[in-house]
Amino acid sequence: MELTEQQMDRYSRHIILEQVGGLGQEKLLASRVLIVGAGGLGAPAAVYLAAAGIGTIGVVDSDKVDLSNLQRQIIHHTPDIGEYKVVSAERKIRAINPDTKVRTYRQRAMADNIRDIIREYDFVIDGTDNFPAKFLINDACYFEKIPFSHAGILQFEGQLITVLPGQTTCYRCIFSSPPPANAVPSCSQAGVLGVLAGVIGSLQATEAIKYLLGIGKLLTSTLLTYNALTMEFRKVQLNRKPNCPLCSENPQIIELKDEKQIMCDLKNCKC
Amino acid sequence: MNLVVNGKKTNITDRLTVSQLLLEENVKMPQMVSVELNGQILRRSDFEQTILKEDDKVEFLYFMGGGNGAD
Repeated sequence: MELTEQQMDRYSRHIILEQVGGLGQEKLLASRVLIVGAGGLGAPAAVYLAAAGIGTIGVVDSDKVDLSNLQRQIIHHTPDIGEYKVVSAERKIRAINPDTKVRTYRQRAMADNIRDIIREYDFVIDGTDNFPAKFLINDACYFEKIPFSHAGILQFEGQLITVLPGQTTCYRCIFSSPPPANAVPSCSQAGVLGVLAGVIGSLQATEAIKYLLGIGKLLTSTLLTYNALTMEFRKVQLNRKPNCPLCSENPQIIELKDEKQIMCDLKNCKC
Repeated sequence: MNLVVNGKKTNITDRLTVSQLLLEENVKMPQMVSVELNGQILRRSDFEQTILKEDDKVEFLYFMGGGNGAD
């Protein structure tokens, strides 16, 4: 695929980078990234990946835009309230970059649909907000051998790790299973600094681009944690767990299943 | 004795177990924490029996679920 004159101009700041160049940009234009969750993390990731000229961006989300989302979900704007997030996200991605094709999946990621979706992509960004979905993405990416970026945010702290399934530490190496129901913080304890989602989601997009270009050192077998209050970034090296229930030699998980949702459903929570 | 907990030198009572360290470090919801000891992620069922030694490196890894719409 030859870059057009317009593309040479649009991506000139990429092309000038030795590690990207015209060939790297062509790679990005031929790449497919799936974003699961068009929320706090997925929004900045989608915006930067669209701007970067990722050829196809898939967006999975079943929710509609709510007023309380706008504090951090920067792909959705005030006039989008009440619209499905995938529709709102698709419109913004197209406006940012007509080179990017958008595929939308207006559904929740579940064990019975996720594998068919993710196998169409080169890299997956986990921008979901609940533990069952995070475990599901980890497991599905393991079974399909698709690399992904896991991230989570809470209040002023965030964390992320890139997983090359079967090769590097997976989410289940770190956390075998979702936390028990009685450990879940109450709704009133939750909350998140909006820009924190922007920082972490942008880091996820960075990992996707590095993976697609084959440049730099990926954040594999290493959890990056970020505290917005202290401005501390820490990298914690995490080796694969020899008895990981999923990616070890003797796994207990041999097929994809949905974990039970034990987080309170904040959407319907009145606290 | 001295330990390194999440990158910071910490002085603790001798011969604490991982479970006791979680208490001593005021971890409010130990069920939300995974523990890495000297590069190995521990099984939760080993927290009670695992006794910490001088200069051990401990990482508390917290579950963070947020990211999308509801959080």
